[in-house]
Parts: sequence; structure tokens; C-alpha cells
Amino acid sequence: MLLRHTPTEIADRSALTINPAKTCQPIGAMYAALGVHGCLPHSHGSQGCCAYHRSTLTRHYKEPISAGTSSFTEGASVFGGQANLLQAINNIFTVYEPEVIAVHTTCLSETIGDDLPQITDKARKQGSIPDGKDVIYANTPSYVGSHVTGFANMVKGMAQVAAPTGVKNGKVNVIPGWVEPADMEEIKRLAALAGVEIILFPDTSGVLNGPMSGHYHMYPEGGVTMDELRSTGDSIGTLALGEWCSADAARYLDSTHKVPCRVLDMPFGLQATDRFVDALRTLAGRSVPDEITNERGQLVDMISDMHQYFYQKKVALVGDPDQLIAMTEFLVSLDMWPVHVVTGTPGKKFEERIRELTADLPYEVNVKAGSESDMFLLHQWIKNGSVDLIMGNTYCKYIARDEDIPYVRWGFPILDRVGHQYFPTVGYKGGLRLLEKILNVLLDRTDRDAPEQSFELVL
Amino acid sequence: MATKTKKMVQWNPTDIKEDMLKKYPPKVARKRAKQILINEAQESGTPEITANVRTIPGIITMRGCTYAGCKGVILGPTRDIVNITHGPIGCGFYSWLTRRNQTDASGEGDENYMPYCFSTDMEDKDIIFGGEKKLEAAIQEAYDLFHPKSIAVFATCPVGLIGDDIHAVAKKMKDKLGDCNVFAFSCEGYKGVSQSAGHHIANNQIFRHVVGENDEPKEGKYKINLLGEYNIGGDGFEIDRILNKCGITNLATFSGNSTYDQFASCHQADLNAVMCHRSINYVADMLETKFGIPWVKVNFIGAESTAKSLRKIARYFGDKELVDRVEEVIAEEMPAVVAVREDVLPRTTGKTAMLFVGGSRAHHYQDLFGEMGMKTLSAGYEFAHRDDYEGRHVLPNLKVDADSRNIEEIEVEADPERFNPRKSEAELKALEEDGYEFKEYDGIIPDMENGSLVIDDLNQYEAEKLVEMLKPDIFCAGIKEKFSIQKLGVPMKQLHSYDSGGPYAGFRGAVNFYREIDRLVNSRVWGYLKAPWQENPELSATYVWE
Repeated sequence: MLLRHTPTEIADRSALTINPAKTCQPIGAMYAALGVHGCLPHSHGSQGCCAYHRSTLTRHYKEPISAGTSSFTEGASVFGGQANLLQAINNIFTVYEPEVIAVHTTCLSETIGDDLPQITDKARKQGSIPDGKDVIYANTPSYVGSHVTGFANMVKGMAQVAAPTGVKNGKVNVIPGWVEPADMEEIKRLAALAGVEIILFPDTSGVLNGPMSGHYHMYPEGGVTMDELRSTGDSIGTLALGEWCSADAARYLDSTHKVPCRVLDMPFGLQATDRFVDALRTLAGRSVPDEITNERGQLVDMISDMHQYFYQKKVALVGDPDQLIAMTEFLVSLDMWPVHVVTGTPGKKFEERIRELTADLPYEVNVKAGSESDMFLLHQWIKNGSVDLIMGNTYCKYIARDEDIPYVRWGFPILDRVGHQYFPTVGYKGGLRLLEKILNVLLDRTDRDAPEQSFELVL
Repeated sequence: MATKTKKMVQWNPTDIKEDMLKKYPPKVARKRAKQILINEAQESGTPEITANVRTIPGIITMRGCTYAGCKGVILGPTRDIVNITHGPIGCGFYSWLTRRNQTDASGEGDENYMPYCFSTDMEDKDIIFGGEKKLEAAIQEAYDLFHPKSIAVFATCPVGLIGDDIHAVAKKMKDKLGDCNVFAFSCEGYKGVSQSAGHHIANNQIFRHVVGENDEPKEGKYKINLLGEYNIGGDGFEIDRILNKCGITNLATFSGNSTYDQFASCHQADLNAVMCHRSINYVADMLETKFGIPWVKVNFIGAESTAKSLRKIARYFGDKELVDRVEEVIAEEMPAVVAVREDVLPRTTGKTAMLFVGGSRAHHYQDLFGEMGMKTLSAGYEFAHRDDYEGRHVLPNLKVDADSRNIEEIEVEADPERFNPRKSEAELKALEEDGYEFKEYDGIIPDMENGSLVIDDLNQYEAEKLVEMLKPDIFCAGIKEKFSIQKLGVPMKQLHSYDSGGPYAGFRGAVNFYREIDRLVNSRVWGYLKAPWQENPELSATYVWE
């Protein structure tokens, strides 16, 4: 057994997190920044933070992840990191020539109290930021929230670029939240089908699912441009997909620039996608084309055709709040039973939402968010109440193997499989893919375990 | 291939160096110039390179931090210590199972905490009010859950800043728990200039708190420790297989596939064999000073190097039985190695490689490439020091700068009871007069060709330049570098974690490596970069009826 020391009996913990269901803010900021065209993310802290984030993102995307670091030494930690960041900004614009640097902090620079606006201002006055180029930033103390918080903070940093001209641009801002490049592509495809012009930010499609061409482009084609970000203040409205990932930026645009916002769930599954498409068409004043209605119909078709295999199957879920909320709703819509739901990202509202979504079911869901709400606890819950399916990131494979439970990789990070870069799980098409993945592992298990006399060709 | 040869001739190393530096701001260029060396034979000694100096802020480095070197590299592969990261959640998360250290915990009752990640998950209130109480509670909770024989605590950046006394907490809990050795590492990420500082901090504490704790006699006629072997992809398993076959007992590996007890008993060995000079040579020195165990440098990367290292160990013990057994084992193992080598040689001979990893591997793996007839055009270390480049003779003259001064050096004296010189002065002298080298390492530079480029702390920009200019057939570095190189159409092999492969050490490892490199440098998959319409963009077509 790989997790041989995990006891079935659950003891309260107040200080020790084991097998976390979250990581720290800066990696989220780095991922978000990669969704800005021509942007080099910069980690203001020790070089290890940057190395760890780049490694994790690289392992997840199998794509180059470039990012700078302030490479703090003991001196910088005592006297502050201003000199390091000024030097870094100068070196980055000289050597790597990005359009924009997106600086995020770390627990180190936050504990010291480095002042990013002041340092950036100084860099500009010193002439280290070439004309027409930008530095955006976000405070991402690792000891608050999680990677999701860091993502949201950097996305808010993008919204703060908005510079309204007073003339509406007729576009809708869509903030997709921490989804995969393929998902961002899918959201753009749906909007284009509906004839709605959107500004999607961040947008990692075309950045982290790039082609192999024999050339290395440090700044690939994709990403939201700085001009588009400036223009978000002129949009007719903002759709924020996910309270945790996207709402802060949307509310900022609403309160500061009077761009009205709606906060929706991430469009995973039938109903959340319905709401997204409906909100998009209402906001932009378009009718939904038949193509989208047909895609919806295909998803409903597969759901009803395969219902027998989903019905009352118990599922354990671990991941991030916005994703888990949408997935819980989707599973319930299939008549599946999400019984254990865990996220390391803190949030009381999360627990409430999951309880609401599962309120009609004939059992009480186990749900927990925040510290000590970790994959160790999830494993213990599973030991106490077994499930038919686990959905979560790659670390779940240890639980799945020990407990011999079918498992679908979904979330971040996925270190041992590919596909998430290329095939969306949002929207109706993404719903089909999720169902296919779930069915495959459930039916493979049926085939594996069926006695010879009842082993069947047709399922 | 013709174009490749032409390209190579166009560039000489001085031009390459100049070209790499010309885009840098002047200060950066001056600093980098000292870390980029064009190798040349000198009448006496080796050319000097600058190494183990600060990374330049904003330059995209390959390096990691002190915490990564301590918790990730050195203590990561030890399976029965509960490693608690004291800090916000990230550091513990990123160092959780990501280094491909394998471990064999298949024995009955074996403990294995490696698949677990333990963290105090510090939050803002802990940063403001201090995290000592939370750490204390976390240690207690870990003890109550698992009753491990040892718990180790690792400091992350903010811990040093807010002044948590992790050593006092560890001591208090060790005394309180009674049967659990609790100790701590001040391995904040900002210390030192690279992960190398973390190795040092880790090894110091293991030496101080664990080594020599178990005097219960360990059996074995020829007892050694293997220092600086981390069992990535099962390297250590293969080396242990060979040692066992030779009748050599490996008491402790530092730290691949290791256990607490291995460290605790390692002072009973009669020889220390050092693989990775960078990460651990000082432990070998300390073990010699305190317990009288001599050390030699070995290298189990490459079949010929493996044979050479086995002979070196056998010669130390000087026992004919062992010397003969080693020869038998080499004779038994080599035919399978040679068969594969001869198969790949026609396809690999003349191909070129670049290696930028670690503090030893960029050197060791040149032996394997050499066995395949491949030439190393350029190599360098990520976090090594000058002695790893130029040889240990530079040690007395190394300048101790502010960053190095922060890393503790332990003063060690001979153990009053257990110091026992394994060889008499006369025996040592006789061996040395016969050409046997103790505590000797000549570094990477003497083994590299004239005109090759030796580059310390290579960064992304320079890597891209090198590959564009010299077009190697394979580039070796780490995960962060992998895909930018491969986008250029050049295969990239990770030599930190080996991608998915391994073992590459020892005899079977050499076979695996020959096959892997053959696969990489001769694969058809690198030939699909252009679509047919990009190769032939003309729009002409003729219709059948014309």
C-alpha cells in the first residue's frame, strides 16, 4: 500500500495539513499572467518559488513556461527586495523583450512588506520600462487563501489596467477562471457561434497548447492583449465564471468603471453551461444559433442514453471551489451521488453551496474547505464510506490504487496524462468529454470485474 | 546532416561567447563572461571559472532554492522520517513526490512516508503572531497519528523572517516524545545562492542528529557507504544489485532508498564512496575526521566507469577474494552491455550533446555519451562550486563570500571512543604511492575537449542561443528547460528526473541509456515539423482533362 499509514479512524487535526488539496497563491498568479499576450510573469521572491511554479506548470502543460525571479538572497530579505526588482525589470526588458511584465509577490516579499506600486513607479522613472510597455502586478501572499486566490488576484490586476474611453466597445468581458487553454478556446468558440464579441481574460489558449514548428516563441500568438485589457472598461458587461477565480476582477470593473457584472458558475456540465449561454445571449442581445442548441441536445442525448451507468454511483471529489461546485451540480444532474467533497481553498460559502446542491439527495454530503481539509481527510472519508469513482488531480492516483477505485483525472495539476491542454471539459462539448471519461473508467471496471459467465460484449 | 556540419564550422567558441553576451546590459555581461569558459589546456592547472555566485535578478535561471536542496533533494528520498514543512502550503506541495526518488518499502512493517506531504500550512495569523505553537501542535499530531522514529522540520522563507525558533521547538518535542528523534533544518529559500546551500544544511543536520546513533553491529565483510546517490529512476537499486553481487555491503546510501537507521549506522562502514561530489563531499570529510573512514570518488554512471569504480573499491580493501569477485562480476555483466552498445554505436557515433545539470551529472553523463561515440559540445552545472569544475586543488584558495559564510560549517573532531582509522598511515601511503587516489576529484574541466564551452548557471536565453548556433543532437537539462528546447526540434533529455526512464546507473542502466539516447537522437518524430504545403508552397496543379 502506498498510503499505508492512513488510518480509517479520523482524528481531529488543528495544525498539521497532510496531502494538501491546494497550493500557494503565486502559482495561480503565474498561470493567469501567461494568459496575457507578450507577458513574462515575474516572481518577486526567492528563486525557488519561481522554479517550483515553472516546474509544476511545465509538468501539467508539457509546454515551456518562462518566468523571471527576483532571486532574493539573505541581504535582500533583510533590506527589502527593491534593488532586486528594479534590476530584474531592467534585465527582463533588455534581454527578453516582453510587452508586459506581470509581477506577483511571494510569502517572502510580503512578509518584508515590499511595495510593488512604489517600486514599479521607480522603475518607470528610472527609464527601465520602455515606452509602450507595461508592468502589471498583484499581491499574492502565500499564507492567505490558495493558488485560486493568487489567480484571482492577478486577474484583478489585469482588470485594473482598464482605461475607459467613454465610448462603449460593444463587447462582453468574459473572465473564464482557472480553466485549461482548451476550455478558454471552447468559451471563445461558443461566443463566436452566438455572434457575441468578447474580451476573454486571461486567455491561455494559443499560449499553453502551442504547436511544434521548429521554432521557439517565448511569446506565442495567444493571450489577451494589453489593448484589450485597457478596453475592458468600455465593455457592455462582464460575465465572471466562478466566484473564487473571477468575481473580484468583475466587481472591480463594475464598481470602478460601471461595467455591470454577473457572477456565474464555471460552465461545466449541462445546467451551468445553459446559464452561461443564456447570460451571454441576454447581455449581448443575440439569439442562440441552432448549432449551440444542437450541441446541447447531443449532451442531453448521451446523458439519457447512458443514465443507467451513472445512476446512484457514489463519487468523491477533490479540487478547487469553482470547479467543484459546477461538477457537483453536473453529477447530481446525472443522478450520481457526490458523497465526499474536499477543497483546501478556504470558504464557508463553498460548503453551503455544496450542501444546497446535494440537499435533495438521501444522504448527508461530507464537505470541507480550508486548512486540514486535505486529501488525507478525503482518503479517510473514503475508507469510512466507499465510492464508485474518484475525480481529482494526479495525487488521487495513490488513493485510487490503494482502494482500487475507478478514477478520472480532472483539475490541477495533472502530471501523468495529457489531453487537458487540447480537449475542453467546459461547455456542451466538454460535457460530452467528461461523460466519456467517467463512463470509460466505470465500464472498464465492469469489464475487469465481471465473471466470465456474465462478461458482455454490448454495454 | 551536411548543413549541420557547415553550421558547426561557422562558429568558433569565442564568437559564440560574444554572441551570447552581446544582448545583456553591461553589468550582466561582465558577470556572465566570468561564468562562461572556453576550455583550453594550460601548462599548469585548469582554467578558472566563476561559480557558486548569486543569480542575476530577472535572468531566467535553472536554479532552485535552499529549501528545495534540503527537503527535496537530500531528505526527500528517506522513507521513514516524517518531513514536516513549516511554512505556507506551497513549498511542501511542490516538493511532494516530484523528484522520482524510488524507494523499496516492501519489507514487513516497513514505514514509508514518501507518498505523504506534511505541512503546517501557515496562514496570516501565524505570520503575524509566530508559528511556533502551530509547529509544536503539528509535530504532536504527526506523532499521535504515525508514531514515527523521527520527525524532521524544514523552514521556509517567512519562518526565518518572523524568527520562529524551530530548533527549540524540535528539541522540546524530542524531549517530550521520548522515542522520536525530532530535529530541524534552517533551510529558508533565500539562503545561499542555489540549492547547493540546502544540501549542505541538510547534510550537516543529518550528521549532527542521526549519524552514529546506532552502534548495534552491522554485518558485512566489505562495508561501504554510498554518498551522493539519490535513486532517481532506480539508479540506487541497480548499484545495490551490483554491489551485492560483488559481496560488498552498502550500509547507507546518502540518500537514495535510505532509512533513518542507515544514516544512524553508517559510521560502521570501512569506506565512503562518493558519487555526487558537490552535494556531499564535506560529509565524507566529516566521517573521516570523526570516525576514521577514508573516502574515494566513484562514478557509477557509464559501464566503464562502473567497472572502474568497482575495481577502485576492491583495491581499497585489497583482498584477493574481492578483487577476483569484482572481475568475475564485470566479466559477467559486460557482454550484455557491449552487445547493446555495438548495436547503437553506428547510429550514435559522431552525434553531439550538451549537458547542463546539477553538480555532478553534467560530468558523469559525459562518460556514457563517450561510450556511445558522442561528443559533448558544451556542459556546465546549475549549482556547483569551483572545485567541481576545476578539481579539489582549488579548495584552499576558494574565497568565502557573504552568501557562503551564512551556511554553517560544522567543526568535527575525532570521536573519543569510536574513531578508528580503517587503514594505517603506512597502508594509506603504500596505496597512494601505487597511484591510488583518496579524496580526490579533478572536476569536469580536464575531461572536456579543448574549445568546448563550460558554462556555469546557464540560463534560458543562453541555452536557446547555444542550441541555435551549435545545433546539438541532444540537449540535457531539467523539466523547466525541456519544452523550449524541444520546440526548436532538438530532443531534450531530463537528467534530473530522467523524464520517465531509468535506471541509468551501473551496467543495466548503461544499457537503458544507450537505448534511450538512440531512440531520442534517431527518432523519426523530429521529422514532421513541416507540413507538405510548407515544404512545397507552390500552388500549381494540373487537371486531368488539361
